[in-house]
Amino acid sequence: MASDALLFYTFAAVTVIGALMVVTQKNPVYSVLSIIASFFGLAGLYVLLEAPFVAVAQIIIYAGAIMVLFLFTVMLLNATREDAAEWDRAHPLYRPMAVRVGAVLAVLLALELGWALSRTSGLAVGVADERPAASSVRELGRILFTDYMFAFEVTSILIIASMVGAVVLARKREE
Amino acid sequence: MPLGHYLVLSGLLFAIGTAGVFLRRNLITLLLSVELMLNAVNLAFVAFGRQFGTVDGQIITFFVMTVAAAEAAVGLALVIGLFRHRESLNPEAFTSLKW
Amino acid sequence: MSGLIEFLTAPQTIAYSVVVGIVFMGLQIMAAVMVYAERKVAAFMQQRYGPYLVGPRGLLQPIADIVKLFFKEELRPKAADAFLFSLAPIISVAAAYLAFAPVPFGAPTTFFGLLDEPIALQVSDVNVAVLVIFAVASMGVYGIVLAGWASNSKYSLLGGLRSSAQMISYELAYGMSLATVVMFAGSMSLREIVDTQAGYWMIGGVPVLPKWYVFPQFVAFFVFACAGVAETNRAPFDFPEAEQELVAGYHTEYSSMRFAMFFMAEYINMVTVSAVAVNLFLGGWHGPFIPPEYGWIWFVIKLAFLLFVYLWLRWTLPRFRYDQLMSFGWKVLLPVATINLLVTAAGVLYFGL
Repeated sequence: MASDALLFYTFAAVTVIGALMVVTQKNPVYSVLSIIASFFGLAGLYVLLEAPFVAVAQIIIYAGAIMVLFLFTVMLLNATREDAAEWDRAHPLYRPMAVRVGAVLAVLLALELGWALSRTSGLAVGVADERPAASSVRELGRILFTDYMFAFEVTSILIIASMVGAVVLARKREE
Repeated sequence: MPLGHYLVLSGLLFAIGTAGVFLRRNLITLLLSVELMLNAVNLAFVAFGRQFGTVDGQIITFFVMTVAAAEAAVGLALVIGLFRHRESLNPEAFTSLKW
Repeated sequence: MSGLIEFLTAPQTIAYSVVVGIVFMGLQIMAAVMVYAERKVAAFMQQRYGPYLVGPRGLLQPIADIVKLFFKEELRPKAADAFLFSLAPIISVAAAYLAFAPVPFGAPTTFFGLLDEPIALQVSDVNVAVLVIFAVASMGVYGIVLAGWASNSKYSLLGGLRSSAQMISYELAYGMSLATVVMFAGSMSLREIVDTQAGYWMIGGVPVLPKWYVFPQFVAFFVFACAGVAETNRAPFDFPEAEQELVAGYHTEYSSMRFAMFFMAEYINMVTVSAVAVNLFLGGWHGPFIPPEYGWIWFVIKLAFLLFVYLWLRWTLPRFRYDQLMSFGWKVLLPVATINLLVTAAGVLYFGL
């Protein structure tokens, strides 16, 4: 439907512009805010893909928790703008050999991806055309706790390990 | 919407994230670009999950998000430790392992 | 084009716009009423008169306050980041209004027979409503953090960081008590949760207790109340913005309309947390003696009671110190919420509650 395409392009535009601003802003606080805008665009795309739970989880986890952590770190370290002179002096794009090799590799990569995509079938099929969505939260929870139980438990161990690691690493040395 | 559109978008986001990792001289923005790459992958998973009519794509997305959270926490702790050592967030400043 | 015009003038669309207008204007009026109520209730608890000069019994005081805030001078510190300085109150206020969107405040009504089919008294009826409220509450943290940072002043930064650390700590207990209620009710849509609370428990044919979730889930209600008060940065958890401690915390450098927006955001957050508590624990719009179409009257009564409890807490209890506050959130509230979740899960699974 036309409204579907319009919504897709709007959210995609928000996402891509946010991502570009992340990579190009000098001020880290603006980078964090741009990536949050990008996440909102992605959440909209998830809703279009009929995955509302993933969309809301994206906002809660990524935009609401992880990015707050990033923002705290930026503010505590007072990590203001990158030094412009330093940027010019040491930037990889200003080293000639790196530029040539890198450019060749980038063009190769783009060509390969294009070739792979053109050889793939089923790309023009609409996402919602073939099978109906099976995305009630109840279904999600059921499969998560039956088929993916092991991964779930291992993830909880991973989170505990990262919590302990973060606390230990960021602790001040006792002199 | 055709599946190809979602995949191209995912690839584009991944490419932007990779460019950020290579081109930025600030550790925190580096980590942000890595998060961007992880999100691009999430989008591809959800799109494919919807294509095949299962919820597996969404479930894998949760695990990716959780791993991204854990990695961001530890990464930022490392950044704080490094900053305390050298007072700089430029990856070029940490050269003590070079010969 | 004609299809669009037909859509825009259909009775459903107009009714929907009326509902959205009611919610929007209602929230603003609630904020103004809360300003007045806070000062009057504080006064009566401290055995003095509150505002009584402006209008009969001081009822026009909020209007005087709003007019004053309009006419104050807009200051901005020179070293402050201009874009973020203006963006922070916008994010706060937008998140505050947005959080009320999935909250229903009455039974589906046909507006006294004007409509063909009933329309839900809710801005948006999503089936993950509980999570949407949680998500938007997480967004509210950014307004505070950015306000603290953008003001470029020590007191603001410290207040902003402390305030947002407090908010994200208490979000965990908030989420766990929400999860407990969702398990009990079997659905994440707020309207369905309220619908399962209709009716009474009977003993021998005589209705004894209404089937509200506050009775079987009083622990979750207590956790939700504490976490809600801490989320909105209200006393006794308002250390980061206490006048005696940090001047005014993250909104030290703000004046006039931007300060008014933070002010409004705080009161609207209070209203939203109380509204969610009414829907989750106190049975929403169900109550005796009133036919179901007028359920919103009961909703407003329960909401008013919870807001009064908010004011009561502020002017009765002393303030928590910041480390006491954080240790309460992490070491007391979170384990209690987790154990409650486990016990409820066991109950639902094995006893089919």
